[in-house]
Amino acid sequence: MTESKRKKQIQLSHGGGGKEMNKLIKELFFKAFDNPILTNEEDAARLVLKGPTAFTTDSFTVAPLFFAGGDIGKLAIAGTVNDLAMMAARPEYLSCSFIIEEGFELDKLKTIVNSMASEMKKSGAKIVCGDTKVVPKGCADGIFINTSGIGEILQDGISIKNIQAGDAIIVSRDIGRHGAAILMAREGLTLESDLTSDCATLWPIVDALISAQIPLHAMRDATRGGISAVLNEWAVGSNVEISINEVDLPVADEVKGLCELYGFEPLDLANEGTFVIALPQEYANKAVEIIKLHQGAHSGSESADSGFIGEQAAIIGTVGTERAGKVILKTPWGSSRYLDLPQGELLPRIC
Amino acid sequence: MLELKQLYQGFRDPETIANLAKQIAQQAAKVDGDIRIMEVCGGHTHTIMKYGLNQLLPGNIDFIHGPGCPVCIMPKERIDHAIAMANQDNVILVTLGDMIRVPGSKGTLAQCRANGRDIRPIYDPLDTIKIATENPDKTVVFFAIGFETSTPMTAVLIEQAEKLAISNLYFHINHVLVPPAIDAVMADPNVKVNAFIGPAHVSVIQGSEIYRPAVDNYGTPVVVSGFEPVDVMESILRITTQKAQNIAKLDNQYSRSVTPEGNLAAKAVIDKYLCIRPEFRWRGLGPIPNSALMLREEFSHRDAELHFASILPTEEIEDHKACQCGDILRGLCKPKDCKVFGRGCTPESPMGSCMVSSEGACNAYYRYNGINDEL
Repeated sequence: MTESKRKKQIQLSHGGGGKEMNKLIKELFFKAFDNPILTNEEDAARLVLKGPTAFTTDSFTVAPLFFAGGDIGKLAIAGTVNDLAMMAARPEYLSCSFIIEEGFELDKLKTIVNSMASEMKKSGAKIVCGDTKVVPKGCADGIFINTSGIGEILQDGISIKNIQAGDAIIVSRDIGRHGAAILMAREGLTLESDLTSDCATLWPIVDALISAQIPLHAMRDATRGGISAVLNEWAVGSNVEISINEVDLPVADEVKGLCELYGFEPLDLANEGTFVIALPQEYANKAVEIIKLHQGAHSGSESADSGFIGEQAAIIGTVGTERAGKVILKTPWGSSRYLDLPQGELLPRIC
Repeated sequence: MLELKQLYQGFRDPETIANLAKQIAQQAAKVDGDIRIMEVCGGHTHTIMKYGLNQLLPGNIDFIHGPGCPVCIMPKERIDHAIAMANQDNVILVTLGDMIRVPGSKGTLAQCRANGRDIRPIYDPLDTIKIATENPDKTVVFFAIGFETSTPMTAVLIEQAEKLAISNLYFHINHVLVPPAIDAVMADPNVKVNAFIGPAHVSVIQGSEIYRPAVDNYGTPVVVSGFEPVDVMESILRITTQKAQNIAKLDNQYSRSVTPEGNLAAKAVIDKYLCIRPEFRWRGLGPIPNSALMLREEFSHRDAELHFASILPTEEIEDHKACQCGDILRGLCKPKDCKVFGRGCTPESPMGSCMVSSEGACNAYYRYNGINDEL
């Protein structure tokens, strides 16, 4: 291997605490995440917090690291920022830890870090502390990222226990895109499609809903486990029946087609920029309008890389009390069934 | 170029489904007694339960869920074979989807993988070529499963392995056949079935004519059916109409892809590499003669059952006594009749393989039918 080739890869020394690590942190991370709290280089970030605060953490491992509509970096910021947003908390400060496999290409790391920096601008959050570990080849799958975040809660009472009979259930856009895009990007699934992940920062939409004084009862981004998992957690958490009309669920044609081929359900597939809201029925139309307006405003410049398609927010169901703890899916032809939690790892059907 | 949405568009139209339900009710009213339809394939079971089609039908139409799920009918000793091979050093075991969740007598392939063994569920059997080429120092075993539908993929994989002279790839063949399973069901003196929905994907390969003996021998209508809600409802209407007219014939609802003779090219490649196995033991149905395939003798150098003969267990393993998968697969009882259904046996912790596969009758009932029981 030539010297120049070696220089382009992460070495164990990049995590060793010495000169190489210092260089990596200053020239890459500080440059991308630049802010005075971080570049102060203290042992811990000094923060000023006010009022009720939300705090969350998440680790990101994804294969492939780069997919249509995003990459692990965008995911690591959007994911944590969205967890805060779902508590109506304005994302303020994030931590960021990298576990990098020896030999990882430096250019790829740069792309990931720049993607993180660009995604943070959408919420205004800052990375104020971090950590870098390099592990020997074979001990990690390329790169793992952990982000934690804190933010000020702007509207209280949002909880999985606060869903009430008579509430409407809203989904912010078409479902299942991230799971489908990742499946399509995986080796071996050689399907041609323009499908992109929905990976996106949700804070601006949530901010708009809060500013419009919409009384939100519950919000959740439907990540792993998809819409099915969120609705089931809500039905149990608030001891209510949630009834969904299948015909009202927005699903992209490509996602439907992939599900047909492999025997998956769009409702079970992961999302990374789609959220579900429970709120009083009388505010449902206004909330949908705000989401559509917001997504519409962003659909121009971002459509190519984020898969944003405006005008898809929809009221998909209602909350009742009859079969408390259950989610009911109503078909367009008058039959109905329970919508259960997805089970086990997603494996394609055999025939 | 075919667009993905063409796969389902038009086959879930509420008005069409409502209209078919109405016609089925009209025809069923003319029939004395019950119409007990066996949907041989788990894919149809899944469609009926997932879309709640059974809720739209009159009381004298009953569904009996047949043995046509490749996961459900796999006897435990074959899973034990897979685990025994995967437990060998330097072996990569490759198989399709759900198979890794099916319990053998010593756990599942998923548990075996968690213990550090190299087990890879794949989407496309041809990926096995890449795995074998990239791991020349390992022995790669393709644990081949499925009915007539998935057999051509295995045959093409063998062909590629031969053509590319890939020496580290072996095959454990568990491909089974639908017509002998129908015979086994009908041979039971307690049989309740008096009509069949035939799996269309089997007939895409083997042609619709493979079901003619069932019509001739048992006097039952057989309608080869697609898997969309409109397909299944239309097939039920065709069966019900035959019953109303007191006739039994072979009918092909899925004429958009099925011909009487099937896909001759696919049949030729299967025939080149695989031949009829004298006997295969089916879970719940026991040994059925000529009901499965095996490698032809000239390709025995790729036969994992010979290569690993010294470590493969030979004992036949029965299911847990409380598990009634066997009766369910023969159509003698329904999933909810089983004492362990939803209690000791759930999708998270299945005792029987009918609870494992998304196409298994118990799994479909567990996931989708709860609400139906309350109606």
